[in-house]
Amino acid sequence: METFDIIFYIFALITVGSAFLVVFSKNIFYAAFGLLFTFFGVAALYVLLHADFLAVTQVLIYVGGILVLLLFGVMLTNKVISVDMKTGTLNTVPALILTAVVFGSLSGVYYATWSRTPSTAVTAVSTSKAIGEMLMTSYVLPFEVASVILLVALVGAALTARRGKNP
Amino acid sequence: MDSGFFNTFFGWLPHVQLAHFLIVSAFLFALGLYGIITRRNAILVLMGVELVLNAANINLIAFSRYGTLKLDGQVAAIFVIILAAAEAAIALAIVLNIYNRFQTINVDDVSSLKE
Repeated sequence: METFDIIFYIFALITVGSAFLVVFSKNIFYAAFGLLFTFFGVAALYVLLHADFLAVTQVLIYVGGILVLLLFGVMLTNKVISVDMKTGTLNTVPALILTAVVFGSLSGVYYATWSRTPSTAVTAVSTSKAIGEMLMTSYVLPFEVASVILLVALVGAALTARRGKNP
Repeated sequence: MDSGFFNTFFGWLPHVQLAHFLIVSAFLFALGLYGIITRRNAILVLMGVELVLNAANINLIAFSRYGTLKLDGQVAAIFVIILAAAEAAIALAIVLNIYNRFQTINVDDVSSLKE
């Protein structure tokens, strides 16, 4: 058992455990903090997969952006005075069955890949330069479309969330 | 890190392969699906969606490392992250509007299309 394996098992445990917290916690703040640790654990898994740029992007956008946005949503839509942070669930049994079926079939398919070894060399190289070049050459059209989508989405979100003016 | 301690207790765990990453991603996907189905609070449903998107990203990057996908998988993962950011912003705006109109974000109570 090597150091790589130990680190993987630790971070996989953190990721899956805090994902359980996200889904099963009764308190919405605990769920948000579970999501924080899930995102960090996924970033660590990216590092183990030699995706350093993706790991940094994950921390910046998911932890710094999306999670803060979700917490703003929690703060703005709960009456903090009345302490109504508890949240209920529904459809538990059908959801459990469906989830078990989906997880079982996915795991069964994934088990077929058991003895794959990395196709690239073990020595990790920085991926930022290569990814930047790909975004500016072969992926330039999706890149520009994504930027327009982001602009439109953010303008639309700001306009939609503005209070009072829109009917 | 000293691996002797871990070898004593966890030596039976297999070496990390591609399937390990994929199974972690299957866990995240299944949990996200469970959250989307069972949660009533719209923001917690959004958290389930984020878990599902993260599961997809782990798959893309794992195949870019272990398969023949190379860096194309990582670029696809970047686009997934971009769309997740846009989705979160739009969905939060919609949730705020729902809260302003109905004074609740329970997705069960917002059923005015039924009547």
